Amino acid sequence: MIPDTAPEGGIVLQHLSKSYGAAPAVRSLDLAIAPGETVALLGPNGAGKTTTIDMMLGLTRPDHGTISVFGVPPAEAVQAGWIGGMLQTGAPLDHLRVRELIALTASYYPAPLEVDDVLRLSGADAFAGQWTTKLSGGQAQRVRFAAALVGDPDLLVLDEPTASIDVEGRRDFWHSMREIAGQGKTVVFATHYLEEADAYADRIVLIARGQLVADGSATEIKARAASRTIRGTLPQGDTAALGALPGVLAADRHGDAVILSCSDADVALRALLAAFPAIRDIEVRGGSLEEAFMELTADLGDTTADVMEVAR
Amino acid sequence: MNSAIHFRYEVLRTLRNRVLYGVTLALPLLLFFGVASGQRHATFNGTSFPLYFMTAMAVYGSMFAVVGPGARIARDIAGGWTRQLRITPLRARTDLTAKVASAYLLALPTLALLYLAGASLGVRLTASQWLEMTGLILVGLIPFVVIGFVLGYLMPVDALTPGLGGIVVLFSLFGGVYGFELATSGALFDVMKALPSYWLVQAGKTVATGNGGWPAEAWIVIAAWTVILVPFAALAYRRNSARA
Repeated sequence: MIPDTAPEGGIVLQHLSKSYGAAPAVRSLDLAIAPGETVALLGPNGAGKTTTIDMMLGLTRPDHGTISVFGVPPAEAVQAGWIGGMLQTGAPLDHLRVRELIALTASYYPAPLEVDDVLRLSGADAFAGQWTTKLSGGQAQRVRFAAALVGDPDLLVLDEPTASIDVEGRRDFWHSMREIAGQGKTVVFATHYLEEADAYADRIVLIARGQLVADGSATEIKARAASRTIRGTLPQGDTAALGALPGVLAADRHGDAVILSCSDADVALRALLAAFPAIRDIEVRGGSLEEAFMELTADLGDTTADVMEVAR
Repeated sequence: MNSAIHFRYEVLRTLRNRVLYGVTLALPLLLFFGVASGQRHATFNGTSFPLYFMTAMAVYGSMFAVVGPGARIARDIAGGWTRQLRITPLRARTDLTAKVASAYLLALPTLALLYLAGASLGVRLTASQWLEMTGLILVGLIPFVVIGFVLGYLMPVDALTPGLGGIVVLFSLFGGVYGFELATSGALFDVMKALPSYWLVQAGKTVATGNGGWPAEAWIVIAAWTVILVPFAALAYRRNSARA
């Protein structure tokens, strides 16, 4: 008899690699997630987040490396009902109503939650009687969320869970997620929204081009990137020349205000004062997570950072 | 894990697909009365035409019913929910069994309705003959279930409806389902006799003449189609899982 509740052990990914043809999607990824942690897999589109998640769920077989979910391979953890997954796509089964689909999904698990509770928690209660083929994108997303929750899994894996939900829906979603994570579940979610990772994860795993580039709390990642911003008022001065100063990663101008993202703010500030003595209202600040992300992925040599989207 | 609930919902999904009633129930019934009511005293293929054509139309509707799971599989794959199911404890075997069982459940009312229609045009069989015919038809449909699976896993969903429909029509044409036989001797007749649909249509005559069911040839044909097709279905399933 398989126990309803997963044993200890968390999730361990070792030397995980996966290529599609000649294109590597995930390159030698190592990651250990403790039970009860909420971890964000943060990265731009094409970073390898979905491939990593598919391997954690047992949907994709890694080329190299191993995955252990609560001490067993993913397929076994899925069979035991320990994992709930929310994929990016998946049109709910036709010829069923929303409530029926969730009740059907509940029947696969050894110890599911009450269907009504799950519908409420996922925000799908408002359209529980609707045919599954008549749902909007956001509604289908909530149905997928409900399907992931209903088995009362120990590990919840969510791939871009808020991708097709509007801003208000996103707030509701994360409110529910907080409630669920508070019950001691392990949560892994992929996102390219920095704010979501910053606000809702205990820990951020930064992935770019299939590789882990940083791993820690949002604060640690900001500190590790050691990125600082210098702001000042400078009516005249070539922006390109500002960007070329030592210690400066990028320069930006908004009217008279200039903003310099720095890898070394001390060096940059001395050079700035020497080259542009007219600058005033100088302010040096610690970097944002976004700037940390830009810096940490900058040496990967492509435009990964440019395709980052920031939730507003 | 409760496979009874999954089965119940698969039946529900089958029954809610109203379009399916058209091809499995309405079409064969209409064809039966349209063609057979003017020929209720005719003989054909060594038996009464109504018995022959009742069997043929029962087979026609139930063939459409049992290729249905293939279409369902293709729709579930195209929609993407198949991947969602793969990350639940539901086993693929349970899902397939439920789909086949629900398809057979849809085939039964087709048979019952056509039997009633046949009886109304004078077809008379004993209870054991009706049962025997039903048994033969249900067994003979197995290759068509497997054909549905193979195509469901391999064909894109938008090509599947004409694909499955076309296959059923071809098997019907060569099996003598439409009330005429393309040949009664020679090479073409040999081809016809190598098809499960041919023997399905013969089920009525077989039980009426009472010589102990199908000849060995029929069993061999149906077993051979099944044995040859099952590995294809397994391969198609694995190919799909690997891609998904």
